[in-house]
Amino acid sequence: MTQQDTLTGAEILLKALVDQGVEVIFGYPGGAVLPIYDELFKQNRLRHILVRHEQAAVHAAEGYARSTGKVGCVLVTSGPGATNTVTGLADALCDSIPLVCLTGQVPTNLIGNDAFQEADITGITRPCTKHNYLVKDVNNLAKTIHEAFHVARSGRPGPVLVDLPKDVVQAKGEYSAAAKLKTKYKPQVKGDLKAIEKAVEIIAAAKRPIVYAGGGVVNSGPAACQLLTQFVRMTGFPCTLTLMGLGALPGSDPLFLGMLGMHGTVEANMAMHDCDVMINVGARFDDRVTGRLNAFAPHSTKIHIDVDPSSINKNVAVDLAIVGDAAHVLEDLIKVWKAKQARVDAKALNKWWTQINAWQSMDCLRFEKSSKLIKPQYAIRRLYELTKDRNPYICTEVGQHQMWAAQHLKFEQPNHWMTSGGLGTMGYGLPSAMGVQVAHPDALVIDIAGEASIQMNIQELATLCQHRLPVKIFILNNQYLGMVRQWQELIHGGRYSESHMDVHPDFVKLADAYGAVGLRTDKPSELDDLIREMIAVDRPVICDVRTDASENCYPMIMPGMAHNEMVLGPEDRSADKPGSEEDGMVLV
Amino acid sequence: MTKPVEEIARHTIAVLVDNEAGVLARVIGLFSGRGYNIDSLTVAEVDPRENLSRITVVTSGTRMIVEQIKNQLRRLVPVHKVSDLTLEGPHVARELALVKVACTGDKRMESVQIAGIFRARTVDATNESFIFEVVGATDKVDAFIKLMEPLGLVEVSRTGAVAIARGGNPL
Ligand SMILES: Cc1cc2nc3c(=O)[nH]c(=O)nc-3n(C[C@H](O)[C@H](O)[C@H](O)COP(=O)(O)OP(=O)(O)OC[C@H]3O[C@@H](n4cnc5c(N)ncnc54)[C@H](O)[C@@H]3O)c2cc1C
Ligand SMILES: Cc1ncc(C[n+]2csc(CCOP(=O)(O)OP(=O)(O)O)c2C)c(N)n1
Ligand SMILES: [Mg+2]
Repeated sequence: MTQQDTLTGAEILLKALVDQGVEVIFGYPGGAVLPIYDELFKQNRLRHILVRHEQAAVHAAEGYARSTGKVGCVLVTSGPGATNTVTGLADALCDSIPLVCLTGQVPTNLIGNDAFQEADITGITRPCTKHNYLVKDVNNLAKTIHEAFHVARSGRPGPVLVDLPKDVVQAKGEYSAAAKLKTKYKPQVKGDLKAIEKAVEIIAAAKRPIVYAGGGVVNSGPAACQLLTQFVRMTGFPCTLTLMGLGALPGSDPLFLGMLGMHGTVEANMAMHDCDVMINVGARFDDRVTGRLNAFAPHSTKIHIDVDPSSINKNVAVDLAIVGDAAHVLEDLIKVWKAKQARVDAKALNKWWTQINAWQSMDCLRFEKSSKLIKPQYAIRRLYELTKDRNPYICTEVGQHQMWAAQHLKFEQPNHWMTSGGLGTMGYGLPSAMGVQVAHPDALVIDIAGEASIQMNIQELATLCQHRLPVKIFILNNQYLGMVRQWQELIHGGRYSESHMDVHPDFVKLADAYGAVGLRTDKPSELDDLIREMIAVDRPVICDVRTDASENCYPMIMPGMAHNEMVLGPEDRSADKPGSEEDGMVLV
Repeated sequence: MTKPVEEIARHTIAVLVDNEAGVLARVIGLFSGRGYNIDSLTVAEVDPRENLSRITVVTSGTRMIVEQIKNQLRRLVPVHKVSDLTLEGPHVARELALVKVACTGDKRMESVQIAGIFRARTVDATNESFIFEVVGATDKVDAFIKLMEPLGLVEVSRTGAVAIARGGNPL
């Protein structure tokens, strides 16, 4: 090895990141990563966004990843810096978001010594990462970074953590290029053709079909979303999407039935319940979606396309499994369909649509209008109408506002909807929006928030101001942990235990304090102007929209109930008979 | 269609993994985190050139659970092969136990006799104790230990099962 070939670990690390196409790192410095920060200081290929809390760095990387399809990148120090990332990593694992999280670690000779700011972060994050590494030799560093990115983005995407002891990033060693990576990790992407042919047969014979597609189609990429759209239009089948799948099929497509599941539409849930053939593409039969398992689509033949074999036959036994990437499998499915000149059963399909139209005519998302109070659904609809031309990116926090956003917004494209589905992390939305805005500096990026969730990562307002990221925060302020209050009203006899907060900050002053812009209204008549002003301001904005505090989110499948047992609204008496919580959706 | 509830069966699963730090913790964490049973688990390096270790895990569950276990194992990055020996045809399974028996008089004779029947080797003897080494399928080892109980059994150390498929093909 000549002197020229050797680099410090920190230099190797940054070279590897550039090699992997990283442009932005979300991070926060500390002792164990100072040599890396020193190296960052000397270069300008990689942009660093200095967050205000490490959890936010991970959510920002998630927003960045979800809105671009690239791998998000995080850099934090050892000990508390590393442990602060845990919620974000768990969130990314649940929602299959590709990330690489770099953590500093105490020098190798101190590991296990209870050294200052030592935490066994590979041990702590083993169950909440797709994979993690501890690098002990500087000569393995480049290879490990390349493999980490490969693992994060291949197959079912997910977060990967690489722990970097301080002596390793200070030692000198050799770089090896990304192209030279030899890895045994190669998930199957092509679906079995025999199974695809069988699927075509089942699909052609279907009388009451439904396509149930999810986040896996978005994970696979825009090509998969186009192929899904092509497949749905080619067959004329009704299609429903999960919370994570919104945007995979254009929201305005007449074949789209809306979201399904706990707060899904009547037409989507009834069609799921009554279907005879279900085609699941990249969705995981989550318990928020299936309701009571023994009453889930009881008369159906189920086809499941998924890149991860462990998603198949996990909660629901299926009749035909196709393991592979959504884009590859859909492409082959369409090819085989055309080659066989397969036809749908048009007569049966017509009849099925007549039934579905009848469900649609119930207009299950309707809500009472009010000229005195701002109904949260109304606020979302106005937001949609006044922003849709700008093709905004929407992030959310967690709670009622998240569900109303999912119900009342339409997404014409994938990667424009960032929400915490699997873990349901309050505090996800603002940092996620920050990551989206970094990736799309000129786009309109909105975080639809609750007044409680927004406070879980409110400190990131400073990051927004520092980096001139004009994210718009649209708070539906109902003064309550609304989703918790709703469950207490419907399930716990109206005993509102600790779901009301008497004290909230003055969000307008708060915005001002950080250097952002604050707006407020509680009048329906002022709402449009407020939204217009929010869009017009080229700075971070908080809109404090005071809404009707008593509003609940409907339709709702109560815990332990089935798809055809939805509660449609406050006047619907079936709310009085909550089911067993033995299986199905049991948590707020 | 949700398929009817099924019987719980015992499966012996062979897992080929990279011999690296943390891999056993990943496998065990997967079982404990997801609430799967471990009846026994053994691990040792089997291929130093390729740096591979082999884990043999005996578990029990319904058909759907056992399928999940295998798929979850396959999802781990350092796992290269997962084979359900119970499903994939005939296999040989063995475990070794060291069984310490403390006894005098007639019981000494009797324990040595039984050890003979089980082809257990006597690996240590004092005036008032023996240590037997018994090798065989799990139920044979179980039976041997049971017979030693009334004869003064004081301690047992077992390896857990290792297993391999019959015939000439590798895993
Ligand atoms: C308050 C609250 C309420 C909720 N209510 C609802 C609700 O009413 N309805 C609802 O739908 N959800 C709801 N959720 C979200 C829910 O908890 C789940 O996160 C969501 O349903 C999972 O979506 P998914 O099935 O699309 O799976 P994802 O979590 O997006 O998983 C993707 C699946 O696709 C597979 N996959 C990944 N990549 C690929 C690829 N390239 N090719 C093929 N397959 C791939 C993965 O293996 C996985 O099985 C709610 C969440 C919260 C917080
Ligand atoms: C970190 C975290 N803690 C607790 C919860 C449980 N939880 C789910 S929704 C919710 C209330 C959210 O209140 P708010 O942000 O005001 O939204 P709203 O439901 O009122 O629209 C709570 C506490 C959670 N999802 N995440
Ligand atoms: Mg609220």
